[in-house]
Amino acid sequence: MTNYYLQRTARAILTIWVVITATFGMIRLLPGGPLAQLEAKLLRQGVPAGQVDAMLQTYQNVHPDKPIEVQYIDYVVALLQGDLGTSISRNKPVMSIIADALPWTIFVMVTATFLIFAIAIVWGALMAYREGGSFDLFSSAASIVLSSIPFYVIGIALIIVFGYQLELLPTGYRSTSGIDPESGLLVFFLDALDHAYLPILSMVLAGVGLQALAMRGNAIQVLGADYVRVARLRGLPDRRVAVRYVARNAILPMYTGFLTLIGFNLGGSVILEEVFNYNGIGYYMFLGLDNRDYPLMMGIFLIITTALVISVYVADLTYGLIDPRITTGESNETY
Amino acid sequence: MKPTETDGGEQPSIVATATDEDGSFSFEYDDDDIEITHRERARELFDELIYKPAIVAVKDRRTVIGGLIFLGYLLMGSVGVLFYPAPTSNQVDRSIAPFSTMDAPLGSTAIGEDVLSMIIHATPEMLQMIFAGGIFATGIATLIGTVAGYKGGRIDRAITSFSDAAMSIPGLPLIMVLAVVFRPSNPWVIGVLLTINYWAGLGRSIRSQVLTLREAPYVEASRTMGVSTWRILRKDIIPNLMPFILVNFANAARYVVFTSVGLYYLGILPTSVENWGLQLDVAYKNAGALVADGNLYLLVFPMVAIMGIALSLILLAQGLDRVFNPRVRTRLAGESESITDDADEQRSTELIH
Repeated sequence: MTNYYLQRTARAILTIWVVITATFGMIRLLPGGPLAQLEAKLLRQGVPAGQVDAMLQTYQNVHPDKPIEVQYIDYVVALLQGDLGTSISRNKPVMSIIADALPWTIFVMVTATFLIFAIAIVWGALMAYREGGSFDLFSSAASIVLSSIPFYVIGIALIIVFGYQLELLPTGYRSTSGIDPESGLLVFFLDALDHAYLPILSMVLAGVGLQALAMRGNAIQVLGADYVRVARLRGLPDRRVAVRYVARNAILPMYTGFLTLIGFNLGGSVILEEVFNYNGIGYYMFLGLDNRDYPLMMGIFLIITTALVISVYVADLTYGLIDPRITTGESNETY
Repeated sequence: MKPTETDGGEQPSIVATATDEDGSFSFEYDDDDIEITHRERARELFDELIYKPAIVAVKDRRTVIGGLIFLGYLLMGSVGVLFYPAPTSNQVDRSIAPFSTMDAPLGSTAIGEDVLSMIIHATPEMLQMIFAGGIFATGIATLIGTVAGYKGGRIDRAITSFSDAAMSIPGLPLIMVLAVVFRPSNPWVIGVLLTINYWAGLGRSIRSQVLTLREAPYVEASRTMGVSTWRILRKDIIPNLMPFILVNFANAARYVVFTSVGLYYLGILPTSVENWGLQLDVAYKNAGALVADGNLYLLVFPMVAIMGIALSLILLAQGLDRVFNPRVRTRLAGESESITDDADEQRSTELIH
């Protein structure tokens, strides 16, 4: 068992290391773009060449005159110290931009993912209990239709309806300008909530269908299992069968999906936050892409990856605790 | 799946091999010994890949509806493109309302492009991306999953570590970064790029399916007869996974649609081709004005186009999953299909993003 945990930890670290190395390589592959432009611009403005070089080096941690392995070690060391370079377009350390934006994204995405699973579990279980009935038929159809719409399309539609036509909710941004924690925590919180409703709603609507269908499938499978039949025959109350026997076993396979979906949704934030003009990390990543601001882009890419690696890691480690039947460290005969 | 009917011609004649000229007894045979003509092989392939799935497919309403919608897109992308003129600015009057003239049945944009034409001419690239992405993702996943699951041991560990690492990298940001670095414009390349790490999760679930298959009696029989690993994978393992792979092909295709439209919407992919995402982007930039002028059709039609193709793919995936999965135990006795107990709970339901 310990062996498995060690291996799993090593694998998580390995993944992050691979991604760090890949970003190191990609930064050097990128078309000369921003730095070359910036360099040309500064030189034209009459800034001395030496000073330009020094400035460029503080952005991005690229020191072209050093040997590649020294550059690589510098890069990794800087990352480990939390230094992701300086954003070219914002002229601020990437780390401070991320620190400002990340809580908003996490708030939206974790809430949305949590709601998706809460709704999907109840809805899917109801469908399974009424399998074949008209409720099941209607719900299955509804969840299929819902999941055929990408979340950003739902987002656009919601903005048009609630933002522009009914004018009930803001059409974008994460808070009203002028309102910050100093103008009263409650006011600030309610304002933030106002801006978060639509992004969360569009993620939930787009994501809940398939999860509900998955839950339905799991629950149907469990309902047909022998141990449920035995539990019924033993005369256990329906409620106890539903909660202790059916729900537990049907929800188990969805646990890993829950944690990985959080990470997956963090990636989706790039599109979602662009649609809603919501200043989270996805918004800034797109800004980085759009302005060819590579330090910003790569920094956020690293952060999102790390978040996903950690959530999958936690899912794998805790699954054994939740489902004691899982035996880790399988040994199969080699053919 | 139904047990395949065998007719004599397809059976490799082991007896003939056993009485070779040198008299040595051997279960070994290679492809030359099996007398299957190309026509027979083609017919077998047709039976396995098209005829049998088609028979089961039409029994499920979802598959039929999904298939018909998808066929519509195929026609639109092949024949429609040939007969319907491509969109250019000022081809019709500017800002025509939809359903008012046959020149532009779905209306026109502010610069006089025919909306219907834009939707039709975005289809071929979309279909190419779907096929490229679907084939790439399912192909790599099948290869990696079957080899890892069947071989086991060190190879399994190496492949699993690799695909776990690939799975831990968030797809969308990775694709965006790569799209900026490589600036792909060929739809086939874009399709592959979009599924650059989609195969990893799929490979993992194929592997777990293979883990149960590898101990099946017929696989063991092949193994004791000394049949090569590749042949076992090709003849014994992969055909049994075909339904699962098909279902996931449809899922991967839906993922390609969503991601590509999203990236075109963001303007990250080069804008040399028509795409529904581009239409959304252009229309949504003036959302406020659209609402005021009642020009919402500019947003609605591309949305419908995206929904339609995604809906068809979902229906196909769901329908096929149900048709091919006799394992779903149903409590309705009359409808229950044959129930097998070899089910491991790792079914396609887990893999959905």
